[in-house]
Amino acid sequence: MLAKRFNVLGAHSLAIIACLIMVIPFYLVVVNSFKSKADASSMSVALPPTLHAENFSTVISAGKLGTSFFNSVLYASGSTIIGTLFAAMAAFVLSRNRSRFNRLLYFFIIMGIALPANYFTLTKVMQITALINTRGGIILLLAAGQIPFGVFLIYGFLDTIPRELDEAAIMDGCGPLQLFFQIILPMLTPVLVTDAVLSFLGAWSNFIMPLYYLNNTASWPMTLSVYNFFGQYQANWNLVSADILMTVLPVILVYLLAQRYILSGITTGAVKG
Amino acid sequence: MIHRNRYPFYFVLGALILYLVFSIIPGIAGIFYSFTDWSGYTTTVNFIGLDNFKTIFSANENYLLYIRNTFTFTLITIVLKTALGLALALILTEGVKRPAYFYRMLIYLPVVLPALAVALIFRSILNPATGFLNTTLRMMGLGILARKWLVDPHIALYSVIGVDTWQGVGYIMVILIAGLQSVPREYYEAAEVDGAGFWARLFGITLPLMMPAIIIVTVLNLLYALKVFDIVYALTNGGPGYATDVVYTAVFQAFSQGQWGLGTAFSSLLFVFMSVLGFFVIRLLDRGQAIE
Repeated sequence: MLAKRFNVLGAHSLAIIACLIMVIPFYLVVVNSFKSKADASSMSVALPPTLHAENFSTVISAGKLGTSFFNSVLYASGSTIIGTLFAAMAAFVLSRNRSRFNRLLYFFIIMGIALPANYFTLTKVMQITALINTRGGIILLLAAGQIPFGVFLIYGFLDTIPRELDEAAIMDGCGPLQLFFQIILPMLTPVLVTDAVLSFLGAWSNFIMPLYYLNNTASWPMTLSVYNFFGQYQANWNLVSADILMTVLPVILVYLLAQRYILSGITTGAVKG
Repeated sequence: MIHRNRYPFYFVLGALILYLVFSIIPGIAGIFYSFTDWSGYTTTVNFIGLDNFKTIFSANENYLLYIRNTFTFTLITIVLKTALGLALALILTEGVKRPAYFYRMLIYLPVVLPALAVALIFRSILNPATGFLNTTLRMMGLGILARKWLVDPHIALYSVIGVDTWQGVGYIMVILIAGLQSVPREYYEAAEVDGAGFWARLFGITLPLMMPAIIIVTVLNLLYALKVFDIVYALTNGGPGYATDVVYTAVFQAFSQGQWGLGTAFSSLLFVFMSVLGFFVIRLLDRGQAIE
């Protein structure tokens, strides 16, 4: 009995140490974002002697964060809407009509989960389609990247929606579009939320696509402008911290609100083998 | 026939076109461009046979080093994330019981952060003179362990690996927790009756039954690590020297310097290698759903 209590105590201690290791870097960013330049120079754990909330307004104007924030929201939500909708439509037909060809097509699409990008020929594609250096181009690129996993996730969930529902809807005179948008899509809500949250987080964090394909600072998302800001203001850790904080706060917020969906999404397929 | 009307093919087209245009066509076209002198500065493209691959595999160039760094990064992050992820998963399921979800939430938190932001934070933490890590070590009387983490070419790659593990371990832990929860309790009860200790239960029951989950996390780590870019680029940009350069940082360099043929050849090696991997991924994912 005693040994068991010690085990539980030991486990709690280890878990708390692990959590501290995970949280300390975040804590450092928060406290240093409110310090003066001199106090933040060593990024210490000390609390700020005086609160310098003006760091945030400085960063917003110096780093032009208003536009970047708007761009990030636009890219993340635009790509999420397109990616999730297209993935759901494709998964629906591939899952319901399992012809030999459709099975093959399904495998072909989910193989995209593994495939790496070729940024040179992708540049060529972006030039030919006149999408390079455009906001729409980045949205489509990010959406394309989300599709293989989205199709995989939604395809698995569709098995839980009975086909009799389709039969009944068709009897009532539904066409394919009506069947999908009015009957199937609402039933897919849990998996759509999961896919959308994962896509949104991924798109918000994406750095490499804008790095290659957006050379105009006015269309940069947060990730690119925080990196650029760091290059210019390396010595001002208070400002860099404030910028980092504003970059990560939206994803942390989404994470806290949608934890349940994130966890269900990443464990799907992983443990059912 | 009825099926075709009910489930029309045009539903697939949106996803299929985006996938073909932005992933498959560039990937396959890239293989063809690998045999050319494609450059960012000229418009003519000439066939030059295997020259790009000869350059990549030449001992006088650094490409073999980039490949080796990528493999080192991949191998060590797989081992570290799986081992630490499993340890954390065991602590949270077997050890602490009730408030485990709170611990899990905090340990998973870094996973959702942009790798770029993580890298910038750690550039401060790993600063040799003023960084949090060395300061803390000195304060604890462990100053002898303090290192020039990202500056010393002998350890920079391991520092990058450490930061990446810090960020990614929560992801692996969550998948392994789900795996652990699928192990039937009766096995443990039977083992306990037989007097099996912790290690005997771990190696006799937990690990064998967790194999599918462990294979999945290994594949996920592998797919991520071979393509790693953000964290390396923002922590060290491949430096000091070429000590931490991986495939994708070298690709970005080739891109910036206009060596597009060479860069395409290097990318295509990874594309072909990961297409083969992709084949196994499909089999793995499909088996997961078949049993569901």
